[in-house]
Amino acid sequence: MVEKKVVIKNETGIHARPASMIVQLANKYGAEVTLGKDGNEVNAKSIMGIMSLGVSKSTEVTVKAEGEDAQDAVNALVELLESGFGE
Amino acid sequence: MGTAASPGIAIGKVLILEEENLDYQKKTIEDVEGEKARLHDALESSKEQLQVIKDKVEREMGNDKAEIFQAHLLVLADPELISAVENKIENEKINAEAALDATVEQFATLFANMDNDYMKERASDIRDVGSRILKNLLGIDSVNLAALDDEVVLIADDLTPSDTAQVNKDKVLGFATKIGGRTSHTAIMARSLELPAVVGVSEILDIVENGDQIIVDGVDGNIIINPSDDQLASYNNKAKEYEQRKARLAELKDLAGETKDGHRVELVANIGTPKDVKGALTNGAEGIGLFRSEFLYMDRDSFPTEEEQFEAYKEVAEKMEGPVVIRTLDIGGDKELSYLDLPEEMNPFLGYRAIRICLDRTDIFKTQLRAILRASAYGEVKIMYPMISALEQLRASNEILEEVKVELKSENIDFNENLEVGMMIEIPAAAMIADILAKETDFFSIGTNDLIQYTTATDRMNENISHLYQPFHPALLRLIKRVVEAAHAEGNWAGMCGEMAGDKRLAPYLLGVGLDEFSMSAVSIPEVKDQIRNMTLEEAKEIAQKALTFSTAEEVEAFLSNI
Repeated sequence: MVEKKVVIKNETGIHARPASMIVQLANKYGAEVTLGKDGNEVNAKSIMGIMSLGVSKSTEVTVKAEGEDAQDAVNALVELLESGFGE
Repeated sequence: MGTAASPGIAIGKVLILEEENLDYQKKTIEDVEGEKARLHDALESSKEQLQVIKDKVEREMGNDKAEIFQAHLLVLADPELISAVENKIENEKINAEAALDATVEQFATLFANMDNDYMKERASDIRDVGSRILKNLLGIDSVNLAALDDEVVLIADDLTPSDTAQVNKDKVLGFATKIGGRTSHTAIMARSLELPAVVGVSEILDIVENGDQIIVDGVDGNIIINPSDDQLASYNNKAKEYEQRKARLAELKDLAGETKDGHRVELVANIGTPKDVKGALTNGAEGIGLFRSEFLYMDRDSFPTEEEQFEAYKEVAEKMEGPVVIRTLDIGGDKELSYLDLPEEMNPFLGYRAIRICLDRTDIFKTQLRAILRASAYGEVKIMYPMISALEQLRASNEILEEVKVELKSENIDFNENLEVGMMIEIPAAAMIADILAKETDFFSIGTNDLIQYTTATDRMNENISHLYQPFHPALLRLIKRVVEAAHAEGNWAGMCGEMAGDKRLAPYLLGVGLDEFSMSAVSIPEVKDQIRNMTLEEAKEIAQKALTFSTAEEVEAFLSNI
């Protein structure tokens, strides 16, 4: 299991567009990937799961992955989350 | 029968767009695998339909507008949703319809209960995707506007922005809707698509059936269902005449808006996005008299950045050779932004909207002013404030503009230091103090849609009182004259950017009282130009004087319609 914490920087948090980007990226990996906030954990390949976390600006989220390409998946997702989704 | 919303004659087969009946029976099932297979087939069909819509919107309206459909596609493929439905089928032994409906409702409720307006609204996106899957499960052939096989005339209660976004102009000949007026969304879209349309035909859905032949006369506002041979022949003629007239008007494209005795006025277009510039140029617009910047803020989930706005304003400024008047953000009233939480109001049109919001949220206002100023280095850009009702608001807006100019200078960013700054006149109070406001502005543009609404105290969306919404009201004629004279007294110019400016019957009056600029839907320009080119300024002045002698809107309208 690989795990890393990230603080969300973009102004509007994880709304539909960032959530779409997360799902599309997570789907590229075979590993099971989750996103967690305040003890809630959701499937990072589920757009509704991600959005239901209600992540706003300055929130800390945890990216976890389990499986063969887990390390790559976590690296890629952390990079996307830290980039502020190009906003 | 209805309101002529967009000119032209459409003759074709009726296609009714209606809310489908999604009732289903909840059933106990035994064949769990069979039910799951049905679910997956429906998901697959839904995916194909959405992909077609998304591709079309992306191609024609840009990535921004297509993002929402990308999100819908991901909801369709959401592993949590699918496994929840599958589990329900398996554990409760119920049919796919019932399992899907219950699951979608669970997810939607989860979002509806979140304490964030943006997330609350996502509940309707989830339900929207859910009904698409349900329709496919029930085998309901929902109309896919983006991929119609035959030519049709669309009939509906009203068309939503997502309906009109999908319209394929090669297949859709025209529209007729039950609700709406000249300024409703459907009417504006029909004009920008250049499709004939009649709106506000209250009985339409009771009198047509799919497959009926229909004539939509967008010139006179008539609808004829299953016409006789005689009627058909006469309308085929009328359609031909209309096309010929249109061709003749097209020849006016490169001619000036000038009276027989050489008095020049500016004929310019109203636009919402840079995409509309094409239509403006085809119709011979000399510039843009109203760039409704709020369209850059709509149908998205966050504020457009300074850079995004700058690119849009710059694109328009570069494509147009003439002036480009950019109206600063006009939201509130009937225009909402999902990501800006505005309080619910009893009277939104009299409430927190337009400049009233901008002077409060100066962060939003400054970002926009920076973008407009930066674009002014690339063309003849002018700034126009909406909804000013008192001098203090004008002064406060100008102060913020000066602050932004100082910022840009200190950052060594180019802009036109002499750019003209003006305001809309759409509130009677502003019209009455136009002489005072003229001293601190460079121009006025009379926004007649709101000015009529506020002057006659008539909600323009309310069908019960639509007869009181009177563009020909003597009060309006007097206000317009007063505003134009006040502008001229200070050496300023005066324009008009409401629907009245595009009504050729009013052109002689407006010309006669000295209006300098007429800004309208691009398609109306040729007709108005034709009218102006066929009269002298002297004749127009006489008509204006005479028009001012009547006591009722009816008399004014009758007089001006028969010139």
